[in-house]
Amino acid sequence: MSGHPTYQPQNAFMKWMEARLPIAGLVHSSFIAYPVPRNLNYWWTFGGILAFMLAAQIVTGVVLAMHYTPHVDLAFNSVEHIMRDVNFGWLLRYLHANGASMFFLAGYIHMFRGMYYGSYKEPREVLWILGVILLLLMIMTGFMGYVLPWGQMSYWAAVVITNLFSAIPIVGESITQWLWGGFAVGNPTLNRFYALHYLLPFVIAGVVVLHIWALHVVGQNNPDGIEPRQDSDTVAFTPYATIKDGFFMSVFMILFAWFVFYVPNYLGHPDNYIPANPAVTPTHIVPEWYYLPFYAILRAVPNKLGGVALLGSAIVILAFLPWLDRSKVRSARYRPRYRFFFWLFFITCVGLGWLGSKPAEGVYVYAARALTIYYFAHFLVILPLLGRYEKPLPLPGSITESVLKRSGAAAVIVFAVMLAGLVGLSSPGVAAEADTPTKQKWSFAGMFGKFDRGQLQRGFRVYREVCQTCHGLTLVAFRNLADPGGPGFSSAQAAAVAAEYQVPAEPDDQGEVKDRAARLADRFPAPFKNDNQARARYNAVPPDLSVIVKARGYDRGFPYFIFDLFTQYQEQGADYLVSLLTGYADPPKDLTAPPGTFYNKYFPGHFLAMPPPLTDGRITTDGKPVYDDGTPATVDQMARDVTAFLMWTAEPHLEARKRIGLQVFIFLLVFSGLLYFTKKKVWKSLGAH
Amino acid sequence: MASISSTEHTRRDFLYIATGAMGAVGAAAALVPLVAQMNPDASTIAAGAPIEVDLSPIAEGQVIKVFWRGKPIFINHRTKKQIEEAENVNLASLPDPQPDSARVKPKHANFQVLIGICTHLGCIPIAHQGPYDGYFCPCHGSVYDTSGRIRSGPAPLNLALPPYEFVSDTRIRIG
Repeated sequence: MSGHPTYQPQNAFMKWMEARLPIAGLVHSSFIAYPVPRNLNYWWTFGGILAFMLAAQIVTGVVLAMHYTPHVDLAFNSVEHIMRDVNFGWLLRYLHANGASMFFLAGYIHMFRGMYYGSYKEPREVLWILGVILLLLMIMTGFMGYVLPWGQMSYWAAVVITNLFSAIPIVGESITQWLWGGFAVGNPTLNRFYALHYLLPFVIAGVVVLHIWALHVVGQNNPDGIEPRQDSDTVAFTPYATIKDGFFMSVFMILFAWFVFYVPNYLGHPDNYIPANPAVTPTHIVPEWYYLPFYAILRAVPNKLGGVALLGSAIVILAFLPWLDRSKVRSARYRPRYRFFFWLFFITCVGLGWLGSKPAEGVYVYAARALTIYYFAHFLVILPLLGRYEKPLPLPGSITESVLKRSGAAAVIVFAVMLAGLVGLSSPGVAAEADTPTKQKWSFAGMFGKFDRGQLQRGFRVYREVCQTCHGLTLVAFRNLADPGGPGFSSAQAAAVAAEYQVPAEPDDQGEVKDRAARLADRFPAPFKNDNQARARYNAVPPDLSVIVKARGYDRGFPYFIFDLFTQYQEQGADYLVSLLTGYADPPKDLTAPPGTFYNKYFPGHFLAMPPPLTDGRITTDGKPVYDDGTPATVDQMARDVTAFLMWTAEPHLEARKRIGLQVFIFLLVFSGLLYFTKKKVWKSLGAH
Repeated sequence: MASISSTEHTRRDFLYIATGAMGAVGAAAALVPLVAQMNPDASTIAAGAPIEVDLSPIAEGQVIKVFWRGKPIFINHRTKKQIEEAENVNLASLPDPQPDSARVKPKHANFQVLIGICTHLGCIPIAHQGPYDGYFCPCHGSVYDTSGRIRSGPAPLNLALPPYEFVSDTRIRIG
């Protein structure tokens, strides 16, 4: 642009440096003196938010990589090791997992901003295409990252997505085997996904550099879609855009913090807390919310190659946007017809996302087909026609003129709608052939939730006397019983508990592996050596209970899943477990239990191999049907107590998480407030330019 | 005029300073988990809990090696000759002067417990080697005597002692 000041180094060292590697000058001209249209609204902050999220994901990812093990037998447990043992590991993991969602949320908003204001039009076509490339890289990175924990969803997502390539004629099967590194998804696959997941974010960073470079050559677009023509149309990036972006980034951090500290598993799927089982496909495989629209498009086509081709096209078609929409007017502010179709397109995308979370049956299939057709029609039919026949509103004379006329925006409502879209797409949608569990009151629920130590101790007793015979707790170490935020045993008491168990010792001098008493450092031993032994004993493999409360959930349905986000309802698994334990009944007359199973109202499919484990008075103290502390050992009480205990085994750092969350929240609220007033002060100095 | 603008100046400055300070605090706080995660995690610390070793199978003159916190620990059942040689020494001639009594537990001079890591660059010295029948480090030629004290070679210090105690005459707890 015209006449912006170039960097003039003052001290001798900087002069010397600038003559050899003018980085300071580059930073100055790109991010300090760089002229930015003065009418940018907060939708323009999402580029900066994306850059921040990329840095955040790389930083949290690198530190997570210090503790993760990319081997099929060890990966799941290494992630649990991070959650339990690594200092602040639970925080780093939740930051990274929820960070991916925030990354995609910001990315989609950033793209919708571009579509609304015509930021893809001449001369910004290459900028836009670089953005589409970034979206593709993000999708690949996110997919591979999700495989790494090696849960059920991780594994089956890897199977489904790698099988997409087998749709390619002639070379498809070979390519798929080449991707797998074997005859099916396995250890070679996991290892290479890890390597590539570590690599791609740096490729993304490189393309981001190109993206920003391309941006700086042509300059930012702005909400009016007209180019700056005079000095009064623009302001220097620093301090005006810097402080405005800083403020909104802080607000975005509040949203991020809400997920990380209070509803960290809201956007995830409970099935991913079940270790990968190549023999059992989950009843409803769904990807994370940010892939759902594309998933819906894939499933809409009743042809394998067609579905894959349309999936790819749905993303690639974005690259052609500058040539499909020929309107000379950029911003939807002055294109009322286009604005209408833009919102129709937005609703289509959200609708496709919702359909992607539903089973591919019945009316959902027809709806997905209709919306898929409309999705492509928007690009191939509507945009070209609009470009030719639409009558736009008259454009303002200049940016300055437009700024002096305008006031605030209803943008907050739009943001809220997008958030609702994200929220709606994330409800797990478990198979609803069972009764809905009853909502319980938990002491650990909510912002100030804490475990009831007495309840945890009672629950531990239930586990030991009832569940332990068949169910392992192999992720929990005996020393955890003495950890803060848990059942509150002393170290000596925990060591005494440990000594009651036998674990394999180191080989002795003869090479024999004998048993020894467990110590604090040991974990609870499993009640069976391997799955085959379990099946021989029980005709089923009783699942390990360490994270069972997070591995179960139920569909809350509309509108509850929206309320849940605000009330921090994270206890679906716990409520399900209590209902399950108390939900045994006689089967209805028209159903008979298959041999070796029992009827339960809440178990999906109604028949499970576990006999009713709890009966009144199952636990006795001194001959009376009570716990040590005198609480009556009713079925209801035992069910709630053992569930609370299992919530602790699943989330041992729950209390620390909520406590630190409160501190972070207060900090962010105050900091955002300060930034807001600073922004106002800085912009006020512009005056009536 | 001048007084009004200087008051405004102070108010604006306070806001900027407050915002900047809070940002700095936030950045520092954000750094804490990133640095702390590299410290030994809870399972590593638990695995480093004290171990007990039974001394009865160790013959006189035998040196056994056990591991504690990932480090090799020498347990040397010293002969009378070795103990004498360790005690009768001119301390002033030692590169790192230390009497043998300071390197064993009282009344238990016959069992010496040392960390078997050469104080030069970390190799494991070989027992019953070198001119003193003590330890000899093959990496760079450091020579230790029967009390694990450095006599010659590049190592600067005597072999270190781990924390340990005798829970009985034939059993020690290391750690």
